[in-house]
Amino acid sequence: MKKFTTLTGLVAPMDRANVDTDAIIPKQFLKSIRRTGFGPHLFDALRYLDEGQPEQDCSTRPINPDFVLNVARYQGAEILLTRENFGCGSSREHAPWALEDFGIRALIAPSFADIFYNNCFKNGVLPVVLPAAVVEQLFQAVAALPGYRLTIDLEKQTVVTTDGVSHSFAVDEFRKYCLLNGLDEIGLTLRHADDIRAYEVLRAQREPWLFGVSQ
Amino acid sequence: MNPQTLYEKLWQAHVVRQETDDTALLYIDRHLVHEVTSPQAFEGLRIARRPLWRVASILATTDHNTPTTDQDVIADPISRLQVSTLDDNCALYGINEFRMGDVRQGIVHVIGPEQGATLPGMTVVCGDSHTSTHGAFAALAMGIGTSEVEHVLATQTLLSRKAKTMQVVVEGALPQGVTAKDVALSIIGHMGTAGGTGYAIEFAGSTIRELSMEGRMTLCNMAIEAGARAGMIAVDDTTIHYLEGRPFAPKDALWTQAVTYWRTLVSDAGAVFDKVVTFNAAAIEPLVTWGTSPEMVVGVNARVPDPLKEADPTKREGIERALQYMNLTANMPISDIVIDKVFIGSCTNSRIEDLRSAAAVLKGRHVAANITQALVVPGSGLVKLAAEAEGLDKIFMAAGFEWRNPGCSMCLGMNEDHLSPGERCASTSNRNFEGRQGPGGRTHLVSPQMAAAAAVAGHFVDVRTLLN
Repeated sequence: MKKFTTLTGLVAPMDRANVDTDAIIPKQFLKSIRRTGFGPHLFDALRYLDEGQPEQDCSTRPINPDFVLNVARYQGAEILLTRENFGCGSSREHAPWALEDFGIRALIAPSFADIFYNNCFKNGVLPVVLPAAVVEQLFQAVAALPGYRLTIDLEKQTVVTTDGVSHSFAVDEFRKYCLLNGLDEIGLTLRHADDIRAYEVLRAQREPWLFGVSQ
Repeated sequence: MNPQTLYEKLWQAHVVRQETDDTALLYIDRHLVHEVTSPQAFEGLRIARRPLWRVASILATTDHNTPTTDQDVIADPISRLQVSTLDDNCALYGINEFRMGDVRQGIVHVIGPEQGATLPGMTVVCGDSHTSTHGAFAALAMGIGTSEVEHVLATQTLLSRKAKTMQVVVEGALPQGVTAKDVALSIIGHMGTAGGTGYAIEFAGSTIRELSMEGRMTLCNMAIEAGARAGMIAVDDTTIHYLEGRPFAPKDALWTQAVTYWRTLVSDAGAVFDKVVTFNAAAIEPLVTWGTSPEMVVGVNARVPDPLKEADPTKREGIERALQYMNLTANMPISDIVIDKVFIGSCTNSRIEDLRSAAAVLKGRHVAANITQALVVPGSGLVKLAAEAEGLDKIFMAAGFEWRNPGCSMCLGMNEDHLSPGERCASTSNRNFEGRQGPGGRTHLVSPQMAAAAAVAGHFVDVRTLLN
């Protein structure tokens, strides 16, 4: 897994609530059996004016000039600032894959949908929850100042503005540990293989019908 | 011992290791696998040279890409590769898979319960958010991402954070023409699509006890649309009767032993939930979504909301954007919304009871002249057969519907079944997001009966006017 420690990056504002994972990466791109290459199709329906198809060359497609990630001042953004309930809907991990492939390494919002939030940590993308009032301040600051950047420090759990204002955020200890160190979670879990086997023995005594021969 | 909620019982029974105060390694009993979210997980295992932990826990099927017309070979080469990749992975690892052409093939959330592969007291996961469906059987069922699919394949466990508990109580008899779908939409309309974020929801109350397993699955299916990763319902006689004799269910002495245990899978009297919300069934109407989020829902006899009446600027902009996308005007009656297509299907509403209720409305009637396509897509090959044995297929076809083969179909349009830009659909599915059923398509979520009524009228209409 990719590490995330600190990041100082350009901020792009996506001012809408309830951005769903269908919007982040539409269904036609889910037919891929690969984990990479989704970046050109991130927010495909919002970003382009034509209908996107898998495996196409996106460089010649007509772009929607109004979409935030197409605006000149936000080119190269690594932090996406957005509103409530980002990532709702489908569990598709293609959503964080597309964000990461595009170059977004962190998201800031007042809340995220559960499955999406979880999926981000598996892919080196840090979702940061800040209070709605702070997010609103950041939206205003981004609008006022071209080239607006923020520094996110996962170890310290802070988002720091260029003028030194620091906002702290909460993150689950275990997820933080894995992301800071870029750990392979399967490898970590397999260190407890004996515990899993011992559990199975107990469980098979209590609920033997679960461990019979399957159909 | 302190009284426990159903969620707490299920959680505690599956803890392999406590990692931190609220994070544990949970054992996974049933892993359902489909073609879209698994190929990268299998590839990850191969790269790391890791074996599967317990092959017998896995049941696989193809559903998202499968054509619903009679095709031996999938026309789209990219879809075909995704389906054959699952077939190859299942063959390689010895996984039980219901392939295309197998009568047991169908939507993963329909076939799990249908086979008795979903049982009370299980943890059930699948790389699909609608895994919450299986909570109807007092199982702890959650949608997971592909990295977690790989983790479960390799370790039979999932690192999980304990959720807060919410009890959603629905009391009273449902009025005629009001279904579990309307209950689900009503709850989401009140709570919002983030209202259940961080919670595991238990649905309870007399209305829920009266629901069939099909209705309970519809309700738990849409828990995720309220933001809750898991929805669940306590075990009762309805649960037990549904499961008895199913192919994967225990038999004989094991069945008796299992039932004894399953009867304990209820929240104890006096168990404390972090949050309790109560609904009155008598107040629920047949509902129609008007916007691009399942929370954007009103009664069929109401009007499209006016953004000017919304004080919160983010919400107001959300309403304005939705009205523009949906090409609707504020304050217009819902019954004036004219539709082009009708879709009856999806993991929410493609079970036998759903098809019966739609057919009851359509019997002796025909779809309106303005309807360009009306599809019925049964949830599984077995649902299709059961419906045909009852003659439902003939009712649908006589009414002008196309009777299709099982799959996810137009719920998300990964196969050929989708909306074209600007088309408007009455759909029994679960998501009305922009482009969900096809780029530029406009989705209105309704119950199967309401979809049938809209098909007949050509626009939304209160199904109760057709039932009498």
